[in-house]
Amino acid sequence: MAEKDLLYNYSLHLADNSMILGQRCGEWCGHGPVLEQDIALTNIALDLIGEARSLYQLAAELKGGNANEDTVAFLRDVMAYKNVLLVEQPNYDWAYTIVRQFFYDVFHFYLHSELINSTEPRLSNIAAKSLKEVTYHLKWSSEWMIRLGDGTDISREKMQDAVNGLWEYTGELFMPSAIEQQAFEAGFAPDLNILKPLWQEKVEDILAESTLFIPENNYQQKGGKTGVHSEHMGYILADMQYLQRAYPGANW
Amino acid sequence: MSNKEWPLWEVFIRAKQGLNHKHVGSLHAADVQMAIENARDVYTRRMEGVSIWVVESKHLHANEPSEQDELFDPANDKIYRHPTFYILPEELNHM
Repeated sequence: MAEKDLLYNYSLHLADNSMILGQRCGEWCGHGPVLEQDIALTNIALDLIGEARSLYQLAAELKGGNANEDTVAFLRDVMAYKNVLLVEQPNYDWAYTIVRQFFYDVFHFYLHSELINSTEPRLSNIAAKSLKEVTYHLKWSSEWMIRLGDGTDISREKMQDAVNGLWEYTGELFMPSAIEQQAFEAGFAPDLNILKPLWQEKVEDILAESTLFIPENNYQQKGGKTGVHSEHMGYILADMQYLQRAYPGANW
Repeated sequence: MSNKEWPLWEVFIRAKQGLNHKHVGSLHAADVQMAIENARDVYTRRMEGVSIWVVESKHLHANEPSEQDELFDPANDKIYRHPTFYILPEELNHM
């Protein structure tokens, strides 16, 4: 794959994860359990969408022609989205939302900690800006893991349920797609094998502090990175893309 | 889960180094750490500050509103307490 195509596709890997998780977090807007957390989560949603925008701008620039950040975000179909299955999982309840966020934040944090050393300056700049935000996201979701895991009987049960339900989507984070592998070999993407033990250690630490357990069944789902998404993804895009599809080029 | 409300906290933000912390509002939080994080999320989203203080509202004590007259009215006619009777040199006119 030509270097330009490779960077384009790799940028979409990064951008789609942030975009879809941002969209999921945004669904809580106006529905948070308390006002303060409603705002906290929408702040996070906007950080993620902000990061996705920078990456989509880069992707659009690489694509050339009439592409812009909106066409890249709003006019691709499900199969063209490269986000992992984890980030498209529904909110269900606060516990699922927190656990999903925590699993992703740990990954996101270590990913950007490496990506700031990318040989591609446009990627390292985006990572440097985003890393500060992600550091806060991780602090926030770790706090909630501990509060609710090591909380009441009911909060602990809900958190353990969410850990059990989401665990099978964590392995995909570290299974490189062909694009990620080539991007690593080309020098501008981190080695996912290096991130995995870091992720594992942090997750085990926080789960232990939260009095939660890693489920024993270790079957792992995959597919998101190559466009084979769960049934939830179509609904997210329907929500997200409706306006641009119904009113092409709409602006505000 | 108990339905008890989280306690109320008062939030003070320092806008920049050298200025004092100013009261900006209040919020609910389960403990001091959550209060600081909530304050960060609710009150510093638009670069309002560089430092946060929180204090549980129950630790603030206020005067009795019924004592308004004896506490504050006597200051009303003591204009000599304002440093406005000094003649300043020209150069200091904009003080």
